Amino acid sequence: MNQLVAVLIDGLIYSSWLFIIAVGLTLIYGVMKILNIAHGSLYALGAYSAAALAGYWINQGHPPIGSYAAMLVAAILVGLIAGPVIERGLLRFMYGKDEIVLVLVTYAVFLILEDFIKLAWGVDPYFLYQPYSLLGSFDVGDLTYPVYNLVLFGVAVLIGVSLAWVLTKTRRGKMLVAVIHDREMAAAMGINVSLVYFMTFTVGAMLGAVGGALTAPMISVQPGIGAETIVLAFAVVVIGGLGSLPGAALAAVLVGLVRSAAVHYRPELDLFAIYFVMAVVLIMRPKGLFSVQEARKI
Amino acid sequence: MRRDYTLRILGVVLVALLAAGPLLPRWAMFLITVSLCYGTVVLGMMLLMRTGVVSFGHGLYYCLGAYAAGTLDVLFGVSDIAVMLLAAILVTAVVSALLGLLLRKYRDIFFAMLSLAFSMILYGLLVKTSALGSSDGFNVAAKTLFGIRIAGTEFERYLIFAITVLTAFLAAVCIHKYLASHMGRLAGAIRDNELRVEYMGASVRNTIHVNYIMSAVLAGLGGALAAVSVGHIDPEMSYWTTSGEFVFVAILAGTGNVLAPFLGSFIFETIRSFAYEYSPNTWQMALGTTMLLVIMFLPGGLWSLFTRMRKAA
Amino acid sequence: MDWNFLRVLKAIAAVLAGTALTILCASAHAEDKPIRIGLVTFLSGPAAGPFGVPAKMAAEAIVDSLNAGKAPAPFNTKGFGGTPLELTIVDEAGGATKQVTELRNLVERQNVDFVIGYISSGDCLAVAPVAEELKTLTILFDCGTPRVFEEASYKYVFRTRSHATMDAVAGALYLLENRPAVKSFAGINQNYAWGQDSWADFTAVMAALKPEAAITTSQMPKFGAGQYGPEISALLQTNSDVIHSSLWGGDLEAFMLQATPRALFGRSQLVLVAGEPYLHRLAGNMPDGTIVGARGPNGVYAQKSALNDWLRQIYKERAEIYPNYPAYSVAMAFLGLKAAYEKARGAGTGAPATDDVIKAFEYLNFDSPAGKVMMKLGKGHQAVTGTAYGTTRTVNGQVTVGNVKYYPLERVQPPEGQKSLDWIKSGMKPGKW
Repeated sequence: MNQLVAVLIDGLIYSSWLFIIAVGLTLIYGVMKILNIAHGSLYALGAYSAAALAGYWINQGHPPIGSYAAMLVAAILVGLIAGPVIERGLLRFMYGKDEIVLVLVTYAVFLILEDFIKLAWGVDPYFLYQPYSLLGSFDVGDLTYPVYNLVLFGVAVLIGVSLAWVLTKTRRGKMLVAVIHDREMAAAMGINVSLVYFMTFTVGAMLGAVGGALTAPMISVQPGIGAETIVLAFAVVVIGGLGSLPGAALAAVLVGLVRSAAVHYRPELDLFAIYFVMAVVLIMRPKGLFSVQEARKI
Repeated sequence: MRRDYTLRILGVVLVALLAAGPLLPRWAMFLITVSLCYGTVVLGMMLLMRTGVVSFGHGLYYCLGAYAAGTLDVLFGVSDIAVMLLAAILVTAVVSALLGLLLRKYRDIFFAMLSLAFSMILYGLLVKTSALGSSDGFNVAAKTLFGIRIAGTEFERYLIFAITVLTAFLAAVCIHKYLASHMGRLAGAIRDNELRVEYMGASVRNTIHVNYIMSAVLAGLGGALAAVSVGHIDPEMSYWTTSGEFVFVAILAGTGNVLAPFLGSFIFETIRSFAYEYSPNTWQMALGTTMLLVIMFLPGGLWSLFTRMRKAA
Repeated sequence: MDWNFLRVLKAIAAVLAGTALTILCASAHAEDKPIRIGLVTFLSGPAAGPFGVPAKMAAEAIVDSLNAGKAPAPFNTKGFGGTPLELTIVDEAGGATKQVTELRNLVERQNVDFVIGYISSGDCLAVAPVAEELKTLTILFDCGTPRVFEEASYKYVFRTRSHATMDAVAGALYLLENRPAVKSFAGINQNYAWGQDSWADFTAVMAALKPEAAITTSQMPKFGAGQYGPEISALLQTNSDVIHSSLWGGDLEAFMLQATPRALFGRSQLVLVAGEPYLHRLAGNMPDGTIVGARGPNGVYAQKSALNDWLRQIYKERAEIYPNYPAYSVAMAFLGLKAAYEKARGAGTGAPATDDVIKAFEYLNFDSPAGKVMMKLGKGHQAVTGTAYGTTRTVNGQVTVGNVKYYPLERVQPPEGQKSLDWIKSGMKPGKW
């Protein structure tokens, strides 16, 4: 019984992490139909900035509790700077082009940002463990978990709920959903699609950076973390259905639980877990779990 | 009517390469060999892209072709290049025929991600197989060509180069003729509007399936040739970043003509090689910036340079 | 002929001509006087921080010091036998195929005389036959797989450090000497060749030395996973006496960060086979009593000697910290090559032929900052050394090691002609050295 509880808890923690990194991507794809490979770099940028800023804060002797705010501020700053720079400075000129060309553009941005990070922060990993252990830990049965993991779960729920609220209850949110469904009609109705794109990309970039910032205390922030997360984020987005928020949440939970179960019962299958889930889901539901209805164009 | 000189150009390039081979410095010959291997895979990608689908998992067939060639030696003691190529074609044809049954129902990103999933599953399987060297892979040494011993001879590298050039040439000619044929032209129609093609009475799924198999065989050929010329294979060939590279070179090169993938591969390999040499600390940035420049100024890929010249006439 | 056809032909001719010109320019070098050494090491990616860049900094420091003639005897001639050295550095990232291409470029386009490189076992296996074909003396300086010389013989390829078998053997020996009552053990290793081989070696040694010890679980997270929550929970639940791990670099740091607050190491003794490179960074997250290996008597385990002091000094000037084991590996490569080169040169004045350097290198014994290195395996091409293990303790906020035990090579190296795993399974009888 204890092992089942462990599988559940581990699964939900991993799911929270997956959701946070995937939600920005699904938003961007849903609205702009761009497969943003640079999302991995934004995640890495968020992690590095958070580690740098929070690390600086702690080293200066300020109360460690403030490091959480520092991490968040770093992530939001990254999103506010990188998002508009990439969107206004580069993507804006490419909107008319083929979808696949846009993927190539984001890949080129990813390559450039990877080396930018290396130039800015060097190749040695960054350490930021204080926020992780600061909140103490709690026991479940004979297992110990840091409270920080609960925070991760909480943040995931918070992001999910607030995004859902914004998209369904506010006017701006509903306009965004309209653009997701049919860009041309939305533009015909007078929605400023260009502004919507700009806002979406910036918010998506911020969410990616927040994902990185929240992960930074748990890992060693080193070159290459961006590349590893891209595929995971994509898989979650595709399993959930592109542009669907509840889809991304459900997909994250599914993948998290499957991976956790694999680790506990059959560790050698851990490598396959996410791809296996993706293949099975796509075979059963070709457009992902919750896909946005699209009118067939003749 | 525009006259098509592709076949003539292919012939000229074939002769030029074969003749120039022994005169080139060895590293250049190797660079061209590797570019042609990649180019063959990218040719397959081009075929698929012309049909309107993009596969992010062609590393699967590239890897299968290479491992089919490599394991021949380990399992059966066979190390003849011709037999290796045949094995690669067989294995990739069978696997793609099976997987294609499933994949041909998908489009866009779902096709891409499902194909990615399969390539990563192969990656996982190979990494778990310590008999095949796990993630380190193993070395491949081709010893004969059509029964004639080549290993250890002076001509070894040139013969490997020649067989690669020849295979690439044959592949290009076949695909060129295919694309000009009835079924080949259907590919472009499917890319534009599938529904109308169905109304016309042609089967979209069958065409996609056939094109998928052909592109998979090309990828397998490229993989087997790479195994022979590089001499080493590892599961990394099936990793999504390898597949991604093929996609990117395909877009970079453009889909206008069968010559484009080879030209694009060669330029990409050369740029990457020089980026490694002259900016070892920032080669990613150099590569990314070059790609961006190409996209901004040559949106149709590098091949559009030639079509533009034609239009200017 | 239609002039469109001509245009395309001209374009292709232009491309070919341009390429030919570039090729000619690239290969046209002025007469090279210094000895050109190509260094291939990770400059990007996760292996750059713990291994690649320390190796590069050590190489640069060593080349500068050698060129100034400042190394201790018997290495105090300038450069190699009076000829200065020139270093060309290539990034090892990009995979085995890329590295094969780059080796060819290094040798044929950049005209290096010798190559020192390769941290990744996959790259080592791939480039060895190519180095043979290119007839260039290549020293594999850091990779661990025993397969290189156990599966094939090479004339031009050397490895100046021991392979990874001794890490597992010595680790198990040290563990059982300090904690003989081991009843169960688990493993967490990265799911790729290095991690799999480490685990396979360790379990084989344990099966030979302590068959009653049971394996509880073998966690194999993906390389670069960084998230070990479920793995740590699984390890906690097994309540194993010992946890074996060959994790390194950022993955090791992440694992320690996530496991220490969860009190994993209160329950289980941790054995880190390759834990040394980042010890200095893990203060506060490295529990006392962890058994740590440095893949040889390197770094914190290096015994005091003139050469060791020299390496520590020149490296610290450049990197501000003391050298870790990749730095020692690179030192062994340079010093071994220097010894062989000067032995081949003898009293002569010209540069010795590569064949002579090879003859001098085979079965050579030479000194290094990590102690004596003997090229006794792989028909004289594979180095053997002893090794050391120790236990961590945190003193004044720094992680140090104590209870250091040295293991002579007879106890930890398979003899010539016997594959490592076979030697382990047959009881690890000390060979005749």
